[in-house]
Amino acid sequence: MIALLIRDIRLSVRAGGGFGLGLAFFLIVVVLVPFAIGPEKELLGRISAGVLWIGALLAALLSLDRIFALDFEDGSLLLLATSPLPLEGVTLTKALAHWFTTGLPLSVAAPFLGFLLHLPPEAYTYLLLTLLIGTPALSFIGSFGAALTVGVRRGGLLLSILVLPLYVPTLIFGAETVRRVMMGSDPKTTLLMLAGITAGTIALLPFAAAKTLKINLR
Amino acid sequence: MKNMSLWEYANPKKFMATTTPLLPWLFALSAFLLTAALIWGFFFTPEDYRQGATVKIIYLHVPSALMAINAWLMMLVASLIWLIRRHHVSALAAKAAAPVGIAMTIIALLTGAIWGKPMWGTYWAWDPRLTSFLILFFFYLGYVALWSAIEDPDTAADLTSVLCIVGSVFALLSRYAVNFWNQGLHQGASLSLDKEENVADVFYHPLLLSIAGFVILFLGLVLLRTRSEIRFRRSHALRIRARRANG
Repeated sequence: MIALLIRDIRLSVRAGGGFGLGLAFFLIVVVLVPFAIGPEKELLGRISAGVLWIGALLAALLSLDRIFALDFEDGSLLLLATSPLPLEGVTLTKALAHWFTTGLPLSVAAPFLGFLLHLPPEAYTYLLLTLLIGTPALSFIGSFGAALTVGVRRGGLLLSILVLPLYVPTLIFGAETVRRVMMGSDPKTTLLMLAGITAGTIALLPFAAAKTLKINLR
Repeated sequence: MKNMSLWEYANPKKFMATTTPLLPWLFALSAFLLTAALIWGFFFTPEDYRQGATVKIIYLHVPSALMAINAWLMMLVASLIWLIRRHHVSALAAKAAAPVGIAMTIIALLTGAIWGKPMWGTYWAWDPRLTSFLILFFFYLGYVALWSAIEDPDTAADLTSVLCIVGSVFALLSRYAVNFWNQGLHQGASLSLDKEENVADVFYHPLLLSIAGFVILFLGLVLLRTRSEIRFRRSHALRIRARRANG
C-alpha cells in the first residue's frame, strides 16, 4: 500500500500531474473575491474564512476525477483490483494520496492567502487546523464520487453535483469553527464534530468506494 | 390458501397485472381526499388569530414536505432491496420515485416561500429546515443525474443505490450540521404526538386528510412511473435482442 501511495503522489507531482494546478486555482479564486465584492477591509475580513474554505473545497473538487479515471482508462485499475491488495485498501491509499497532493498543500497555503483577504489574526491557527482536519474528509468523500463517475465520459460536472452536497457538513463545521473563534466563543464542539466527520469518512467511505469500483469494473 | 407475500410483486408481470386495475382507484381516492381536505381546509376553518388566512397554505406545505422526506426513505428501502435481492422492479421503483420526490420538494419550498412572505417578511431565510430541504433537493438532483449518465441499466441501478445509501447518511448528517449552523425561524414540532404542542384541532383534521391524500397520490404516481420504467426496460431488451439477431 505504501508503494501505491508513493506511486500516486509521484505521478501527480510529475509534469502533467496537476499538482500545482490546484494551488494555482485556489490562489486565483481567492484573488477574484475582492474584485467581486470590493476591497473594503472590514467586509473582506469577515468573509475571509468562508471564502478560503470554499476555495479549498473547489480546488479539491477539481482534481478528484484524477483519482481513478486515469488508471481506469489504461487498465491499471483492473490490475489493482485483481491484485492481492484488497480494493478497500486501494481506495483508501488513493484517497490519501489525493489528500497529500491537494488537501495538505491547500491547507498550508490558506493562511498565506488569508493575508490577502485581511483574515483576523486570531483566526489563523484555527483556519489551518480546521483545513488540516477537514480536507481529508473532502478527499475521501471525493474518492467515493470519483468511483461513481469513473466510467462516465466528461463526468466532471456530474461529479461536482454528486460530491458538493456531501461536502456540506464538513464545510459547515469547518467554517463555523473559525467563525466562532473570530466571535470569541468556544469552537471546541464544532471542531470535534468536524474531526468526527473526517474520522467517519476515512473509516467508511473506502468501503463504499470499493463496492462502487467493483460495480464499474464488471 | 397459498401464503401471499409482498415479494410476489417482484415479478414484473404480476406487478403490472396487479397495478393495472389498482391505479384508477388510487388516483380517484387521492383526488377525493385532496379535494375534500382542501375545500374543508380553505373554506370551512376559521382564520388563525395571528396568521390570518395565510396559514391555510399549511394544507399543501406540510404534506408535500412530509412526502419529500418519505420519498427519499422509500428510495432508500427500494435501493437496499435491489442491492440485496436483485429485484428489478424495486430498482425501477426507486428510479421512478425520484422525480416525484423532487416535485414534492419543490412544492414544499415554493409553498414555504409563499407562506414565509406574509409570516416572516421574507421569501427565503437560511433557517435549518428550509436549508435542509434545499440540500435534500440537491441530493435528489444528483441521484437523477447519475441514473441518466450511466448507459447500462443494471450498473446504473447499482451505482444509484449505493449513492442513495451514502446520500442518506450525509442527508442526516447535514440536517444536524445545519442546526448547529443556524438556530432558525421555523417553528418547532407542531405535529408531534404530544397534544400540547399540536396545531389546533380545528386545523388538524383537514391536515390529516390532506396528508392522506398526498400519500395516496405519491403511491399512485410512483406505481404509474414504475410501470412506464418497466415497459421502457422491456423495449430496451427487445431492441438489444433485435440488434443481436440481425447480426
